[in-house]
Amino acid sequence: MLIKKADDIRPSEITPENVYLNRRKFLAGLGLTGAAAAIAIEEAARPARAATGEQIPGIVKSPFSTTEKVTPMKDVTHYNNYYEFSVEKEEPAQLAEKFKTRPWTVTIDGAVSKKQVLDVDSIIKFAPAEERIYRHRCVEAWSIVVPWVGFSLSELIKRADPLGKAKFVDFTTIFDPRDMPGQKRDVLDWPYVEGLRMDEAMHPLALLCFGMYGQELPNQDGAPLRIVIPWKYGFKSAKAIVRIRFTEKQPMNTWNRSAPNEYGFYANVNPDVDHPRWSQKKERRLGEFFKRPTLMFNGYDQVASLYSGMDLKKNF
Amino acid sequence: MIRFTKVVVFILCLSPLGWLAWGAYTGHLGANPIEKITHQTGDWTLRFLLITLAITPLRKILAIPSLIRFRRMLGLYAFFYGFLHFLTYVWLDKFFDLHEMLVDIGKRKFITVGFTAFVFLIPLAITSTSGWIRRLGGKRWQALHRLIYFSAMGGVIHYLWLVKADIRVPLEYGTLLGILLLYRVVVWIRPAFRKRGDVSLLRRADAPVD
Repeated sequence: MLIKKADDIRPSEITPENVYLNRRKFLAGLGLTGAAAAIAIEEAARPARAATGEQIPGIVKSPFSTTEKVTPMKDVTHYNNYYEFSVEKEEPAQLAEKFKTRPWTVTIDGAVSKKQVLDVDSIIKFAPAEERIYRHRCVEAWSIVVPWVGFSLSELIKRADPLGKAKFVDFTTIFDPRDMPGQKRDVLDWPYVEGLRMDEAMHPLALLCFGMYGQELPNQDGAPLRIVIPWKYGFKSAKAIVRIRFTEKQPMNTWNRSAPNEYGFYANVNPDVDHPRWSQKKERRLGEFFKRPTLMFNGYDQVASLYSGMDLKKNF
Repeated sequence: MIRFTKVVVFILCLSPLGWLAWGAYTGHLGANPIEKITHQTGDWTLRFLLITLAITPLRKILAIPSLIRFRRMLGLYAFFYGFLHFLTYVWLDKFFDLHEMLVDIGKRKFITVGFTAFVFLIPLAITSTSGWIRRLGGKRWQALHRLIYFSAMGGVIHYLWLVKADIRVPLEYGTLLGILLLYRVVVWIRPAFRKRGDVSLLRRADAPVD
């Protein structure tokens, strides 16, 4: 496996102005001018805070990355299907601004040898942070290319120590209607739950994600911790995860409960199985004028063996 | 005065298109400009259909008979935005792929109903002139133009069937349309209600609309 350290600064790694200004405000509030001192205090105090877009140090590149053109960060952070904040794609960017991502714990329970409650900051240290540039295909027939930061979900699952009888794993998003205004309406059955079969979750492509574009994950993209399953439609990639549960039976997933004939459990990207209301043969890559053909498993053919012998039209 | 107001209304009705054109030119239509254009032209088609349907009740209830002078323009704007909406589908979504469009229209309910709603507007746009009112005669002309009820219903159903989970906005449009159609039902059941109005619909249809 070829693992190279990133050797240049991408434009996206340069601190955006608003983060710079926030830090200035923070320093001013403390009455300090020495940035080093401020950072030391910031680390020591660990106040409840929203994601600040800080750089993630020591990110290594991943051989799973595509060489396709990366979608501009502004598009990926201002076009979000995040119903917990709003059903309008432009709105989560602003509505999620004050969402608190620290302190944050993740409960690991169900069919495990020992129930654990882990701090997100300890979870993200389980393995070296990798940059994985993945295609991301929404069930609504648009797509983006995102440089996610994280490591294989299997790293966490190994440490969770599931029992032999665990055949599935589900992921629950936080329920917090005070800070997530979209949850004040019953558009979906909150909290949001998504699930995977164990072999899917253990596949090296399945990513536990806490950053993108070299930075901490922005709130509107699922901070502080989400999964990214690149061969499945975007809704499978649960955001702002607070609970990971191992089960014997196939868990329900929120969109499947909402419209069972339209959204299945597997939700693999598949140009041959149309959504009942629209075609999945093509997609619009954000930034491109012409639609492009959608690829089976979103082009991640290495997962095909997980589904050998299955009727993917039935198990959509 | 009416003439001046008409010019103002005409320009106001064009402003959504102006806003879209300006946004496209300056790159301010967000991450998915084509989706934005599709949604906006669809929204404005529905809005203009509802505004057009509101003219008759409003002129009766508010006793402003001259409102009728704006109805044709507003109806034509509904057709205009409907045409732009259809064009974004044909051009930007399907890239003139006739086969794919026919499959879509046959297979996808929301496309079928939306397409039908648009087709219903075509004869209305064609026969919107004073010449056509005379040629058809007021009664027949009026009967034909009742197609707008079905077009508006089709538009609301089209919207309702395309959203993923949040049906609030299409339901709002549906409620408004329901109220506007209910007014017609009430007038139909109790003609006395209509007599409260000033000019009878039939007399007006015979006279030049402008």
